[in-house]
Amino acid sequence: MNSYYLTFVLALPAIGAIVIALLPKPGQRAIKLTSLAFTLASFALSVVIFAQFDRSAGAVGQMQFEERLSWIPAINAYYHLGVDGLSLPLVVLTTFLGFLAVLVSWHIELRPREYFIWLLLLETSILGVFSSLDLILFFLFWELELIPMYFLISIWGGGRREYSAIKYVIYTLVGSAMMLAGILSVYFTSGSLDMTQIAGLTAARPVIPFAAMFFLLFIGFAIKLPVFPFHTWLPDAHTDAPTAASVILAGALLKMGGYGMIRLCVTIFPEVALRYAPLLVALAVINVLYGAAVTLRQKDLKRLIAYSSVSHMGYVLLGIFALNQISLTGAALQMFSHGVITGLLFAMVGLVYDRTHERNLDNLGGLVRQMPVITVVFSIAGLASLGLPGTSGFAAEFITFIGSFSSVAVNGMQVYTLLGVFGVVLTAGYILWMLQRVFYGPVLQKFEGLPDAYNVDKVCIFCLVGVILLVGLYPAVLTDIINQGIMPVARLIGQ
Amino acid sequence: MIASELYYVTPELALLGFALLVVLLDLFVRQKKVLAGVSIAGVIVSGAFTLALWGTPANDVFYATLAVDRFGLFFKLLLLVAVGLVIMASQDYVGKFERFQGEYYALLLISAIGMMLLVAAADLIAIYVALELSSISLYVLVSFLKDQKSSEAGVKYLLLGATASAVLLYGMALVFGLTGKTCLLCIADMMELVGSGGLLSSPALLLGIVLLIAGFGFKIASVPFQMWVPDVYEGAPTPVAAYLSVASKAAGFAVILRVLLVGFGGMAVLSLDWGLLLGVLSAITMTVGNVVAILQSNIKRMLGYSSIAQAGYLMVGLAAVGAAAGDNALGRSGLIFFLMSYAVTNLGAFIAVIAISNKTGSDLIDSFTGMSKRAPLMALVLSLCLFSLIGLPLTGGLIAKVYIFSGAVNNGLLWLVIVAVINSCISAFYYLRVVKVMWLGAPATEDKVPSSWALRTALSLCCLAVLLLGVLPGGFLGIAEAAVSIFGL
Repeated sequence: MNSYYLTFVLALPAIGAIVIALLPKPGQRAIKLTSLAFTLASFALSVVIFAQFDRSAGAVGQMQFEERLSWIPAINAYYHLGVDGLSLPLVVLTTFLGFLAVLVSWHIELRPREYFIWLLLLETSILGVFSSLDLILFFLFWELELIPMYFLISIWGGGRREYSAIKYVIYTLVGSAMMLAGILSVYFTSGSLDMTQIAGLTAARPVIPFAAMFFLLFIGFAIKLPVFPFHTWLPDAHTDAPTAASVILAGALLKMGGYGMIRLCVTIFPEVALRYAPLLVALAVINVLYGAAVTLRQKDLKRLIAYSSVSHMGYVLLGIFALNQISLTGAALQMFSHGVITGLLFAMVGLVYDRTHERNLDNLGGLVRQMPVITVVFSIAGLASLGLPGTSGFAAEFITFIGSFSSVAVNGMQVYTLLGVFGVVLTAGYILWMLQRVFYGPVLQKFEGLPDAYNVDKVCIFCLVGVILLVGLYPAVLTDIINQGIMPVARLIGQ
Repeated sequence: MIASELYYVTPELALLGFALLVVLLDLFVRQKKVLAGVSIAGVIVSGAFTLALWGTPANDVFYATLAVDRFGLFFKLLLLVAVGLVIMASQDYVGKFERFQGEYYALLLISAIGMMLLVAAADLIAIYVALELSSISLYVLVSFLKDQKSSEAGVKYLLLGATASAVLLYGMALVFGLTGKTCLLCIADMMELVGSGGLLSSPALLLGIVLLIAGFGFKIASVPFQMWVPDVYEGAPTPVAAYLSVASKAAGFAVILRVLLVGFGGMAVLSLDWGLLLGVLSAITMTVGNVVAILQSNIKRMLGYSSIAQAGYLMVGLAAVGAAAGDNALGRSGLIFFLMSYAVTNLGAFIAVIAISNKTGSDLIDSFTGMSKRAPLMALVLSLCLFSLIGLPLTGGLIAKVYIFSGAVNNGLLWLVIVAVINSCISAFYYLRVVKVMWLGAPATEDKVPSSWALRTALSLCCLAVLLLGVLPGGFLGIAEAAVSIFGL
């Protein structure tokens, strides 16, 4: 059933980029409106897919909206797209954040034409990663994302932007290099590049041991997620990227790592995943606690949010390698939820920085007087991040912890889970402390007369708050779908 | 009958005719641009003859000294494309030797003839003669600027090239001494006849093969025969450097493939040996190329080291062919596809450099600062080509790497692939540095960079080809497979 919905979702931002490139002498406004129109169209179409997605029991484990065209016959590569319960929420998340990223960038004035071209191409490449079902196509989109991100950070970033951009590129390239080796060995073991056909791979004579393939792929994803000790690119890249790029980077890009781990590592090699789960779960706990501890010590507002991502991605890793149905669902939900929450947090940091030109926590304070709306929304985002009930952060973390606590895949999983839960306490610590230092305390003279959020900002941040609350109050809107994608994976693991 | 076989060498004869015509016309024509036009016409005519031969069944002509098959014809086309693009791009460069344009074009064409014979040669002596024909023209071309650097480069190239030829000749002598034959098929038959007995385990034969690889290694600039590359690229006229980096390398790989597969490919025992040898050489070559390239501040030297690294990736394909012991279509066609992609990519990069350096008068990477404003087309194409050399998506470079590495993984060379992919990451560092200065830096002046329409056409063709190879590689892979199908065992 070739519907081409996904192709359109994918292509619309790229077409927008081409239109912008071809516009003869466009004004800033024309560029921004064009980007907005194309990202909105892509978002709307992905919502249509979300609405039409078959949630019935008969569709469990089925790819929907599949498209398949021969691409490189010589190596059996296909242009093969499709979504299931695992990838669809991430596709919607990406189109949503892509649309908001344009709003966030509304006040960009430096080389706007190039900026929006790169931003739109970035969206297309991430969408490609989430919807490809062919390993080579997946790899192509995975690499494609590097180029726009490199330019976005190195031209429109701040601080040590060139250093951060090249660091980001080299880290990711090393990861994808390993991944390519892994993908090729999977291909020559299974004879197929089709992700739907290689689940639970068995072979009498693999090219290299399965565990080696697993880790070749895993390192690629671990760098992206990021997993300690591969996380050091993240604070630099997030901090020096322009606001919209940070939103996309933290919101959608990191999820490529978690998605890849579930879709490839666990699905292709369930037995290897079970064997090495204790190691990986331990890494997850380190991620949570180390990330949170480092976050506590940050002085730079943006760096603080960046490090908090390391900690929160630890929950994703914990959920994935606790390897049971509930924990995997929790991990998938956490990816979506963190995408929205951190997207909002970075957007808020951007707003505060645009007004005060200050990110050092020591020099901020008392902003609640000038910026009530920003304060309220920032607080909601912060509370969602620390997992306040009623927000998506709570739903996601709660499901993850329930799942991992009851998991039998790893001995002593309860201990790991409890250690992980302690991360929530640390999160409460750094979030509340941060809010207090930025917005409360004595009113500072130098910030007198600064404006609150503009209307265009409000549209953007209220949308995000709405989603956070919606998923928090009624998580089934996503978990119903996610479950469909997770069930076949859980069946493979036998949990 | 020899006379009727002349039909099979019409591409070379046509090119020779046009080369002589260029020399003659040079005496009478005042408007030297005509010479470039005539040369291009020669390339097109020769290409048409080559295409006409594509359908003929594979056979050997001239007493089995030349093979007419799709492998050879494919490489002839590739060489013609390369020389055609180089001539077009030379338009903006020949001002530096106004009086000698006729000789310049004629020499380019003659060296192309040498390489076209080389890729078709099926006999050790024919190989040697063809190699010398192309090399001697290149020695002259490298020193064409007649300034200190160019002359030094020419002398260096001459001395090292002569040494490599001697090594090659010695290898050939050993092989001939042990088999009593010079034609590749006869050598293969001879080995088959003797079987896996005394001859195959003879150290002299192994030495012969090693010396052959060493001799060709000079052409493809593999370690440890890569010393000449940066100096020669830096000193030679830029179009000649582009030509060397693409055509000379492609011809070198073609002849290695033919000699090893036709002459020594049948022996599983033996091919395992040279498979491993090439694997190790490949790993060292790419690492040396990439690591030293990081230190370069001159873009021609950087591209020189980069071409050494690219030769390393190509040798991954060769090693895969070797390790597979005769049954590896993926490795062979991967090699061909990589060469296609590398040829258009590297030519694109060099052509952009020709245009920009011509204006700034400098080959330093720093002089490319802010070129995205002064020469948007050049900056765009150069960036695209550098992305392709890294192996980023939407460019031929990525598909080529995936394809050539998959051949290696399939043959148990995963270690080599891991070395290669890590090398790709290292290479990103220096390639991106050029992209960075072009797009991020502020230009020193606002002057636009001028270029002739011929150069812009050549540049656009390269750009188009890089994108086509990257997005819709299917057709090109088909051609690559057709080209190597003659080795099917």
